[in-house]
Amino acid sequence: MITLAQLKSGQSSTVVDIQGGRRMADRLNALGIIPGKKITKTSAMLMRGPVTINVDRVEVAIGFGMANKVIVRPDRVP
Amino acid sequence: MTRILLMGNPNVGKSALFSRLTGVQAIVSNYPGTTISYTRGHMKLGEEIAEVIDVPGTYTLEPTSEAEEIALRLLDSGDIVINVANAINLERNLYLTLQLLERGIPMVMALNLWDDTRHRGVDIDLEKLRELLGVPVIPTVAVTGEGIKELVENIPRATSPHHPPGTRDQRWATIGKIIEQVQRISHRHHTWRERLADASVKPLSGGLIALAILAGSFFIIRFIGEGLINYVLDPLFNTLWSPVVLKLSQLMGGGGFLHDLVIGKIIGGELNFVESFGLLTSGLYVPLGVVLPYIVAFYLVLGILEDTGYLPRLAVLMDTIMHRLGLHGYAIIPNLLGLGCNVPAILATRILESKRERFIAATLISIAVPCAALQAMIFGLVGARGLGYVAIVYGTLFIVWIILGIILNHTVKGFSPELLIEIPPYRLPPWRTVAQKLWIRTYGFLAEAIPIILGAILVINVLYILGVFDAIANFTAPVVTGLLGLPKEAVTALVIGFLRKDVALGMLAPLALTSGQLVVGSVVLAMLFPCIATFVVMFRELGWVNMLKAVGVMIVAALVTGGILNLIL
Repeated sequence: MITLAQLKSGQSSTVVDIQGGRRMADRLNALGIIPGKKITKTSAMLMRGPVTINVDRVEVAIGFGMANKVIVRPDRVP
Repeated sequence: MTRILLMGNPNVGKSALFSRLTGVQAIVSNYPGTTISYTRGHMKLGEEIAEVIDVPGTYTLEPTSEAEEIALRLLDSGDIVINVANAINLERNLYLTLQLLERGIPMVMALNLWDDTRHRGVDIDLEKLRELLGVPVIPTVAVTGEGIKELVENIPRATSPHHPPGTRDQRWATIGKIIEQVQRISHRHHTWRERLADASVKPLSGGLIALAILAGSFFIIRFIGEGLINYVLDPLFNTLWSPVVLKLSQLMGGGGFLHDLVIGKIIGGELNFVESFGLLTSGLYVPLGVVLPYIVAFYLVLGILEDTGYLPRLAVLMDTIMHRLGLHGYAIIPNLLGLGCNVPAILATRILESKRERFIAATLISIAVPCAALQAMIFGLVGARGLGYVAIVYGTLFIVWIILGIILNHTVKGFSPELLIEIPPYRLPPWRTVAQKLWIRTYGFLAEAIPIILGAILVINVLYILGVFDAIANFTAPVVTGLLGLPKEAVTALVIGFLRKDVALGMLAPLALTSGQLVVGSVVLAMLFPCIATFVVMFRELGWVNMLKAVGVMIVAALVTGGILNLIL
């Protein structure tokens, strides 16, 4: 398992855990990013910039620090 | 009176629906957080008149920002909720729906953006959804008006079925079951819009797209602004209005207090609309002949940018830089709005999560982001000396914005939350909403600016005659002349800047300044005291302690920057 920040762009994965405070979990929950959810990483900006993911057909941008606390299990590449 | 609340996630089209229901024009854009305060309107509901409130978007009833807190407070006052949901992303939207149902408030659901479901491969079983939720569900397309009639007919059928309060996990489990039964997703290939969307947030292509869009915007604004001035407004003022004013001047005897107040100073039979400072000359020419063209140009381009959905992508690109300023990427949106007018920009800081961010953003906007009215005058007056000088003014303000942000980030206590935003899909701007927004904003400018500009010119003339300006000028001469290298009379412009920045910059015109002095004057005027409207909104949004802090920062920053520029130029 790796963090969302480490996940490669274009790869799909399943959220396993959200580390970090309650406030962060609240904000991610509001956008439907919860353990068990399938997400695909679209892109990442350079220099610890935000990570963009696709969750249920919606693009969401997540700051690098936060992306580092979202633990995901990458899907096996067929 | 029945009170109907329009509630839903951000950027699902609540404001568009609100305009359709009430006929009240509301600003509609394609980014989350457009509506940061509520708008009120009325609609006919059978024989009765009902009140409709456009509530700021919220994801949950556990607020994480000021705009969401407003939404929660409004909920207690409503009789019926129209829950506006995004048909493309029903899962996430249902979370708020369930929370609202748990509260037991009668509800109708508008499943908006319904037209998108077809080409996005989303198939929703409406009957099943109605059955599972227990409330009327009406598919709508607010921008075109599709489904609005059915929605209105169903408002009286709003129900409050029993949904027991649940925990977060229970709600998601319920949503999972509902989705399983009502939604089918078929795979679709990427459209060109989706490809462009992906390219906009990738480092290299995203940077190039951002540069192209910002440069393009700048040239289009300038092209439209200058075009309107040179081919429409200047000819109108010079050929039609000028003879009328000169005739009137003759009738009034060509001089005296009343003449100078109404017409202003006429030097050698030549009328100078900027420098004469009469109510019928500068009082009309500054707002209509100089500022209005740029207001129209700026808000047209901003409106298009807002409606395409580009702005959140700019926020992603700017995030790393904005973190150095103690903000995150989304703060770029209030800052961009500030280039139009600082007042809505400071209100828009409500989309930021913490008080610290709001203080930093509001302070930066009020100091280093010049409004469109001031910019129009900068282009007019400083631009006449060469565009290089205009570049110095903008470059200086940009450097101040960066340095001040870094300083505030290191001195203001607390930390900055991370960026977390939904990025809407690209859309072609609906021209109706672009035109409507342009009208709302242009009208807002005319209605607010013209009375204040006329008032300011009245005050200037009276103070001038009473000799008050001379007294102030002598008193502040050490700072204005010694530090900034401006003639002591320039202080009058800095004082009037408190009323209107555009008129104030116009007051520098008759002083025969060198180009360097004009640059110093423009920069100091842009940075020192915000206009009175900005002051009021800062006081309301930040409280007086933080407002005074911001003003302190402002005075020091303006004098230091002006002093340095004076030494260099």
